[in-house]
Amino acid sequence: MPDTFFGWVIFLLNEYGDLFIQGTVNTVIIAITGTILGFLIGLLIAIARTIPILKNGFLIKKILLKILQFLLGVYVEVVRGTPMIVQSMIVYYGALQYFNIDIPAMTAAILIVSFNTGAYMAEIIRGGIISVDRGQTEGAYSIGMTHWQTMTSVVLPQAVRNIIPSIGNEFVVNIKDSSVLNVISVAELFFMSKSAAGTYLKYFEVFFITACIYLILTFTVTKILGLLEKYMDGPNEFIIHGSQSNSSAVIHVHKNDGGEK
Amino acid sequence: MAETIIEIKHLEKKFGNNEVLKDINFTANKGEVVAIIGSSGSGKSTLLRCINLLEIPTSGEIIYRNNNIQNGSMSLSQYRTKVGMVFQQFNLFNNMTVLENCVVGQMKVLKRNRKESEEIAKNYLDKVGMLQYINAKPKQISGGQKQRVAIARGLSMDTEVLLFDEPTSALDPEMVGEVLEVMKKLANEGLTMIVVTHEMTFARDVANRVVFMDKGLIVEDDSPKVIFTSPKQQRTREFLSRILRE
Ligand SMILES: Nc1ncnc2c1ncn2[C@@H]1O[C@H](COP(=O)(O)OP(=O)(O)O)[C@@H](O)[C@H]1O
Ligand SMILES: [Mg+2]
Repeated sequence: MPDTFFGWVIFLLNEYGDLFIQGTVNTVIIAITGTILGFLIGLLIAIARTIPILKNGFLIKKILLKILQFLLGVYVEVVRGTPMIVQSMIVYYGALQYFNIDIPAMTAAILIVSFNTGAYMAEIIRGGIISVDRGQTEGAYSIGMTHWQTMTSVVLPQAVRNIIPSIGNEFVVNIKDSSVLNVISVAELFFMSKSAAGTYLKYFEVFFITACIYLILTFTVTKILGLLEKYMDGPNEFIIHGSQSNSSAVIHVHKNDGGEK
Repeated sequence: MAETIIEIKHLEKKFGNNEVLKDINFTANKGEVVAIIGSSGSGKSTLLRCINLLEIPTSGEIIYRNNNIQNGSMSLSQYRTKVGMVFQQFNLFNNMTVLENCVVGQMKVLKRNRKESEEIAKNYLDKVGMLQYINAKPKQISGGQKQRVAIARGLSMDTEVLLFDEPTSALDPEMVGEVLEVMKKLANEGLTMIVVTHEMTFARDVANRVVFMDKGLIVEDDSPKVIFTSPKQQRTREFLSRILRE
């Protein structure tokens, strides 16, 4: 048996390398899918919650929209107002006891993280949408673009660019907070670390390794998102295009019929 | 008989109980350049925004070529391609290049293909002297350049009428000229324009008609010659003597 701290670290890595790798892979899978699905859920909610309710629209449409917006508000409040560890227990055991469904642990994990992230993303994206200058929307309306076209081509691309730091933050939170899923026996990094620590009762050494892995994961994510931001901003310079013709361009404005001015 | 493109009847707009526009009646004929002048807060922007339906009028009618545009005889989207708007703050799409700004509406709204849209866009960008900058993003060009691109964006939709809301007010003085020059050129080519402006030289020399607004009312609507040399209303005289003194 090793007799130094680093001796144990190396020993445990050799002994339980597979567990650490398996746990890390599962944590990454949960964090990535959870963040992406959560982003999509948040996007849909944010769009639904920013559809303008026109005073002179159809009554039925207005009522349905109001109900939808209310329900989405409830969802956001409930998810944000309860700890994920409690949600895990409720979803997993609720499905088991009342519907007799034994959800596979990873599926349950991804579901819970996605819906959790969705609730936070909804607010983040809504903030992003609101932060885009009203003039951008009016510019789009003024050339005939619909609400949907304006959202997808003009507002959302800018909103998403503005909130990349917050999205990255959610991603990092998901890497770390997916550890609470060990309460429903999801084989993520924390759960695997607990198993690895049990045999030799080397909790400190094992969780030192675990902490390093979490740190590497979160650091990598932060770096990648920084690069993504740079990429989305495009180059700092632009290329001058050919040259301006003299004013011989064909003119398409509607001419004054009489020609008098 | 002049061909009427836009006709406004008894237009009223209230924000809460603040009556910003009161019984506005007004027409714009094909090829006309109408300048709207008046002190700040008199409702000029609100009038333009109502014409473009960025604000919903409280009452009254807006008629575009015999279509009452508020009763659905023409879709809002279709109407806005015909009656475009140029804003004080440019409102170019910040996430797109200059070219893309002039292409996106054509493709999404008019369903033109990319090739045709780009050709049309380049044609108008050339016209406003911005062809060299098609690859630039809005934040990389000056205010005057942005405003010229905004004009090209409107024209690319085959707009019949362009509404301008103080197009030069947000510009540094040295850039005002280049934008007014482009507007003058469009006026000479027969584009119908309704221009809210503080540039009295433009109103006097380029417009065919000048509308003076005060406190939500059209006080006087006449030729530039009459408005600037012998206005009939006391309020018009006061406004002009105040502004021309500056
Ligand atoms: N969205 C709005 N909500 C409430 N009041 C408004 C709004 N827009 C304009 N107003 C009011 O309407 C009046 C006219 O404004 P505006 O049309 O911008 O005048 P102008 O363009 O002639 O300076 C002002 O008193 C202004 O405060
Ligand atoms: Mg104004």
